[in-house]
Amino acid sequence: MNEKVQNTLLEIADDELILGWRDSEWTGIAPLLEEDVAFSSIAQNEIGHARALYELVARERGITADELAFDRTPDEYRCAQLVELRLLDWEKTIARHYLYEEADARRLEQLKTSDNAEIAGLAAKIDREEAYHRMHAQMWHDRLHDEPRYVQALSELRPLLDKRGAHTPELPELWGEMTIVRRSQPAGTKW
Amino acid sequence: MIYEVFRQERKGQPLQHAGSVEAADDHFADVYAREQYGRRGESSALWIVPRSAVLEIHEFVDELNRNYHRVDGYPLKEKLKEARDRAVSAKSASALSAGEG
Repeated sequence: MNEKVQNTLLEIADDELILGWRDSEWTGIAPLLEEDVAFSSIAQNEIGHARALYELVARERGITADELAFDRTPDEYRCAQLVELRLLDWEKTIARHYLYEEADARRLEQLKTSDNAEIAGLAAKIDREEAYHRMHAQMWHDRLHDEPRYVQALSELRPLLDKRGAHTPELPELWGEMTIVRRSQPAGTKW
Repeated sequence: MIYEVFRQERKGQPLQHAGSVEAADDHFADVYAREQYGRRGESSALWIVPRSAVLEIHEFVDELNRNYHRVDGYPLKEKLKEARDRAVSAKSASALSAGEG
């Protein structure tokens, strides 16, 4: 697996980890109880996908998935700005969810045609779960599609899908929270 | 709106009540029911029914009191107990008379 492929996998893994983290912020405070269950489950799936992708790259590099997920500096993450933002409005969260799932579907279709059987297989496996996410995103999109605030959120967020490399100030903040337990342990701690 | 969810564990088995979901419309009910009762391979089918569509019956007037027409629940238990008691007392009576002889 060459450097370029590894970086592509890291892009996807970082997107999934950071979005899963942001989506999990709705646990316990989603607008409806059923939605709380559904959205939390989606968040957990995304983090699961991130783990599987990190494992492929980690094996190539002789390190662990945890080290990739938590021991890099914020600058080293390859995620898109779209997933970094802390969105406290439900319509914005749904707009991001919809945009992300659309883009992720296209990306997975490509990944499924990879020459590397392991990558193609993993993409197919992830896609089976993403089918439920897309169904969920579509359901909300159908319901909100003509709400002005939702429409505005879609057009505000869409350009952030492809913004990679430079990060928003919200990523280092999230990173600080995400890694605080791991960083607070004395060196050499075995988990 | 409340929807009642029925699930079938394997093909050919009866659908059994699994629980309920609260959803704004049929589309939401579909997605939430899949999420909670279907997407982990635990069901081979789901029925999702608005609670308002369920006709409920709670009281049954036994107007003729002819419960002997029912094929279920014919109360054998008491009859058996009576028969058993009779057998025991007959046995002990004969044992008693044998002792006397």
